[in-house]
Amino acid sequence: MNALTPLKEIAKVIRSKNAGPFEITFDIIFRSKDDYLRFKETNVLTKELFCTLYNVSPAKIITFGYFDILNAVKATIPRPRAQGSVGETDMHAAQQHAPLLDILVPWPRRS
Amino acid sequence: MMSEVKILTPVGMLGYGLNIPDFWKGVALKPDVITVDSGSTDSGPQKLGAGVMTCSREAYVKDISVLLKACFEHRLPVHISSAGGDGTNAHVDAFFEIVREIAKREGYGFKVALIYADIPRDYIRGKLRGGKIQPLGPVDDLTEKEVDAATNIVAQMGAEPFLKILKERPDIDVIIAGRAYDPVPIAATGIKNGIDPALCWHLGKIMECGAACAEPQGRNILGILKEDCFEVEPIAQGERCTVTSVAAHTLYEKSNPLYLHGPGGMLDLSECTYEQITDRRVRVRGSKFIPSPNYTVKLEGAKKIGFRSIFIGGARDPIFISQWDYVQTKVLEHVSESFPDVGRYELIYHVYGMNGVMAELEPTTQPAHELCIIGEVAAETQELATAICGRMRTGTLHCPYPGKIATAGNLGHPVTPLEIPLGDVCKFNIYHIMEVENGLDLFPIRYEEIR
Repeated sequence: MNALTPLKEIAKVIRSKNAGPFEITFDIIFRSKDDYLRFKETNVLTKELFCTLYNVSPAKIITFGYFDILNAVKATIPRPRAQGSVGETDMHAAQQHAPLLDILVPWPRRS
Repeated sequence: MMSEVKILTPVGMLGYGLNIPDFWKGVALKPDVITVDSGSTDSGPQKLGAGVMTCSREAYVKDISVLLKACFEHRLPVHISSAGGDGTNAHVDAFFEIVREIAKREGYGFKVALIYADIPRDYIRGKLRGGKIQPLGPVDDLTEKEVDAATNIVAQMGAEPFLKILKERPDIDVIIAGRAYDPVPIAATGIKNGIDPALCWHLGKIMECGAACAEPQGRNILGILKEDCFEVEPIAQGERCTVTSVAAHTLYEKSNPLYLHGPGGMLDLSECTYEQITDRRVRVRGSKFIPSPNYTVKLEGAKKIGFRSIFIGGARDPIFISQWDYVQTKVLEHVSESFPDVGRYELIYHVYGMNGVMAELEPTTQPAHELCIIGEVAAETQELATAICGRMRTGTLHCPYPGKIATAGNLGHPVTPLEIPLGDVCKFNIYHIMEVENGLDLFPIRYEEIR
């Protein structure tokens, strides 16, 4: 029996970080191959959903993919502005992951 | 040719502080070299743009003192890269001065190699005219104007300068390098000893942040390069490298986790396997290195674009909060009317409780019950930035808005001065790939001896 479960209760790591001064990268890493494959099969997190959550156009996505050997999903987008200059809101881009935490995933109900 | 090379990395960033008891446990494992990266663009353009170091001089003295003690007492080579954070020539010299000072204090003697990474502007202009410089990622094309504007320009060296030193001067105790690709000091000793460069680079990628690839994340880590694999294990007994933690670190701060471009080629990790061989140790196989047809290096540069001042204010009035968009527009109009002729300046509101952290990426539209409003102004002089910031602050404090019933002021200010001058504001203006003849000529080496 499945229940809609927030991604933060499923994934081991959900984070964002600079990838150089001009890109932000997002990592979602799972505890096990089983969890990863189950998540992948739900097809809940698509490039389209990611674009909606971050209000970016699909053409701007630098990387979006499921990486089987790492049990991880990764997405990379351009920074809205060059790192550390006027208007910076997050020097290390370490707090840009929050919208991913509450993605609802059909997941086996815990007994 | 060695069948096994052991590398100890005590911390991911020199100057962040060592775990000293664990470091000596690491030294007792008889590594072939101690390597520490001290570089990153991650804390912003201030280092390259204003010429400051990432950590204080005192912090570097503290960490380097411990490394030099191991170097002197155990004859263990110490390789440091990206001196000072940005890896400019000035910071290589500053690190050398620190080494000299400690050696004198402790009565140590060392043979030292210094590698420089500042790139002359004329050289870059020539490459630019020859079409040999391309943007790296979502960056504008480089222009000669930006080359002139940059305060400092460095290139990330590959392993070649390290290999030259290791081959021609095996007696060198300490290498202090300018800006280097982060894995270089870890990879170089392995490559010199005939280990597959792909394994050396991949180990370098994993270990350059110290034991950040362990869980819980730590500092001291040992890497063991072998003929057909490498292994990593943190020194601290309470930490473990697991298949997940090591694979996770392969993703960290990378645009793409399987194909990593570096000086001279690309690391292909698409067929790697990660194997748990003890409770705390992981073995990795299958890394591949694909040399690029033309040798390229990454250029990094930053410029000063002016001076910054800010104000901080809190808002608790729900009517004001509901009218924030209106207020913002009015204040920006008011400021531009007051300062029409002062040259270029920029004003930005950071509104915590609304979208202060994520700005245009924020999907939540419901504001919090209180806001922290930071007004940021950048202008040509500090005086002008503070003056414009003052107008922005008083404009926000007293701005009329529809439905206003609290007429005394819109903001609660926590600190004085109400306008805060913050000094230089810098910007990365060079982040490009440059095609060069080889990996050696751009990075001059100097040998020194401390007796």
